[in-house]
Amino acid sequence: MPLNIVSLVSVGRHPQSGRSRRAEQDGRAVEMGLKLAGQQLSVVHVGNPDEPVLRQYAGMGLSSLTVLKQADRFDAVPVLQRYLEQKNIDIVLTGVRSESGESSGMVPYLLAHALGWPVVARVADIVCVEKGEAQVLLALPRGQRRAVRVALPFIASLDLAAPPARQSAFGVGLRAKIETIESIGEVDQIRVDWQEAEAKPRAKRLKTVKAKTAAERFKAATAKPQGDAGKVLINETTQQKAQAIFDLLLEEKVIR
Amino acid sequence: MAIDWLPSVLIVTLLILAVIGGVRRANLWRAGQPEKVDIVAGLLALPKRYLQDLHHVVARDKYMSQSHVATAGGFVLSMILVLLVHVFGVSNRLLAGALLVALGLMFVGALFIAKRRLQPPSRLSKGPWMRLPKSLLTFAVTFFVLTLPMAGVLPEGTGNWLLTMILSAGIIISLSELLFGMTWGGPMKHAFAGALHLAFHRRPERFGGGRSTGLKPAALGGEVHGVAKPSDFKWNQLLGFDACVQCGKCEAMCPAFAAGQPLNPKKLIQDMVVGLAGGTDANYAGSPYPAGKGEARALGSAKGGADNVITAGLVDADTLWSCTTCRACVEECPMMIEHVDAIVDMRRFVTMEKGQTPNKGAQVLENIIATDNPNGYAPGSRTHWAADQNLPLMKDKQQVDVLFWVSDGAFDMRSQRILRAFVTLMKAAKVDVAILGDEERDCGDVARRLGDDASFQSLAKRNLATLSQYKFNKIVTTDPHAYHCLRNEYSDLDVNGVLSQGASGQAVEVLHHTTFLNHLVEQGLLNFERFSDTRMTYHDPCYLGRYNGEYEAPRELLRSLGINITEMARSGYRSRCCGGGGGAPITDIPGERRIADMRMADVTETGAELVAVGCQQCTAMLEGVVEPRPVVKDIAEILVGQLIEEVH
Repeated sequence: MPLNIVSLVSVGRHPQSGRSRRAEQDGRAVEMGLKLAGQQLSVVHVGNPDEPVLRQYAGMGLSSLTVLKQADRFDAVPVLQRYLEQKNIDIVLTGVRSESGESSGMVPYLLAHALGWPVVARVADIVCVEKGEAQVLLALPRGQRRAVRVALPFIASLDLAAPPARQSAFGVGLRAKIETIESIGEVDQIRVDWQEAEAKPRAKRLKTVKAKTAAERFKAATAKPQGDAGKVLINETTQQKAQAIFDLLLEEKVIR
Repeated sequence: MAIDWLPSVLIVTLLILAVIGGVRRANLWRAGQPEKVDIVAGLLALPKRYLQDLHHVVARDKYMSQSHVATAGGFVLSMILVLLVHVFGVSNRLLAGALLVALGLMFVGALFIAKRRLQPPSRLSKGPWMRLPKSLLTFAVTFFVLTLPMAGVLPEGTGNWLLTMILSAGIIISLSELLFGMTWGGPMKHAFAGALHLAFHRRPERFGGGRSTGLKPAALGGEVHGVAKPSDFKWNQLLGFDACVQCGKCEAMCPAFAAGQPLNPKKLIQDMVVGLAGGTDANYAGSPYPAGKGEARALGSAKGGADNVITAGLVDADTLWSCTTCRACVEECPMMIEHVDAIVDMRRFVTMEKGQTPNKGAQVLENIIATDNPNGYAPGSRTHWAADQNLPLMKDKQQVDVLFWVSDGAFDMRSQRILRAFVTLMKAAKVDVAILGDEERDCGDVARRLGDDASFQSLAKRNLATLSQYKFNKIVTTDPHAYHCLRNEYSDLDVNGVLSQGASGQAVEVLHHTTFLNHLVEQGLLNFERFSDTRMTYHDPCYLGRYNGEYEAPRELLRSLGINITEMARSGYRSRCCGGGGGAPITDIPGERRIADMRMADVTETGAELVAVGCQQCTAMLEGVVEPRPVVKDIAEILVGQLIEEVH
């Protein structure tokens, strides 16, 4: 049975020019979707159907693209939730965070919360899907991977370690059909209240070179962090495990 | 001859078959896309184009041009007289005598052609082409003997059955090649298709000493972009492919072929013929595409048809991407075939429809779209190089004499040295100059050569819109690629006539910095010390020389320094490409050698210690060759070193 996969795409922003572009991670979400579902992939955007950047996504080989039309001041999550609930979806692919707008990285979590699905964050690859279960590789720092198995349906956010998006072909993008669905949104009050300002470049931290030799520099760049504070709890009771996490959060001042 | 009517029947039969073949062949060309051609004017111009323009190219090879004049001239004359004498039966001794002379001429020419075929150079195709001189000789001898009685040399009715048989066989053999083969795909096809190709050429401006090198804009918004199938070419492009005489002059000049990259312009054109006529390349008898990195394909494995996608089975995409668009093949082609147009047309399909620009191509195009420069630098940092140059901006000046088009060299530290040298020279000559600053964008050269004509057109339109805000008389640039785009390619998109009306009301002059500096020197605005005795050679950039015909200004500038240029074997219109054009460094198709290394070997051969160039791309490519090697300098850098500045 072909997989029912949806890739969510947003309007990216080029870091040098500030111009709209195909977002790096969302492009990877489409690429992964094309790998898993081929032409059956559906790609969804919330916003303006006349946005030219959508053609750049479509140029990756999509015959059509769905736009849930709503103005910028509306929240993307409720419409997406309603749209996704109607369909019998196996996997939703997104980027980790958008390059424009609030860029909070919350969309996959809020959606998962609303739909009651698990989130698999920072995916490097979805190896295969068999018997309602997907084998997923998560991206960890320094090129490390963690293999996990996830039951369908789930939401996956694509890390930059995932295969990069293929080239966008102008002609294909131009001919793709953009299907617009009018949607009734909810005003995103938090977003509306925000003020946007140019970011000031952060002062650079002085880099003190401790390594004396090339071997030391290489080690510093590749070695695993030598954290010995970690604890592995397997045989303990759930109570003890939870307590350990709680203590750590207190210690790290995540909760006070 | 024993049977008087036999020769005429044979001649007429083969002539009719030739006409049928001609109509069939024409229908193959008509499968192409419509293109407006002035048919009558083209046909009327044909003799002049053939005798003057084409002969001008062929005459570079004296041996071959003289043999061809004798053979082809003799054949055309003989064929007309054969029709009069042997078919229409005009019995006139003078006419028959003239026929004998024409056949004699042809015989001598064909002997020389046959002689060259004894040890043919590798660039020549073999196969049926080895047979052609024999057919030509057969024709000359057969009709010579056949005409002898009519000229009164032999009595009428001479000969027996044996001679009749031999002569009839001669007629059939020679006319099968020379009439029937002309329209049914034999070697003589070049005469038939070639003549029509000259008449209906897609770039008629090239005849009469003109130059037409700008690529034609792609039509955007249709069902297909670029050329996917042979039938997507214009009909006269298809006709042009059929005109190929397989002399291999293109192959001998092609830098990619010499570097062992999988491109041979001659084979490419023959593959296009396979495409338009259908079938396989099994009958191709010339040098194959070099193997490149992969296995060389066996002959016969390339299949094509008018409605088959070219890159799916006929030509590998790597072949298309090996081209540096240096135009050496076009310059060399005696049939004036447009190889580069065809290659870029097919690249457009691969990029705009398949999205398969190889290697860094995709990234570069994405950068061009998002930042207006190929390397993705912040557009706001475009003028950083000129922070200490005190150069006025157009935005502040509004009107100047010279607009200095900086080009993307602004982002490259090596190119910035050229830019600064040129600015120093302009200041010394007190030129009224300004730059666009951050308003300038990439000229679109790379995008266009990589097949992304949509991005090129977008850049061109936006650049033209910027230019339309200001008044200036000249645009000067140090980058021959930008020079070519601005001078030859923007005009197709310049609907508001920005470049056709400058500040003074006349058309804006687009100049390369060497041309402009040469004007300044001629006017006595710049004074130089003599250059010390360094042995120097000059490398002609393709986009300055072959694309724009500027061979002299750079040399005059060097001579004005008292430099005696030691020319390379391949210089001027035969200059070998540095390997940097056409997006070739970006697509980077592997070969056995690097083109830049070969060019540097050309330089070293002259014993030069310094090679002067006029292009930042050539500078980058030639400086990329490992040392020890001659020093590479732009002409502006050499000049600025010798500049005598007035001290006040």
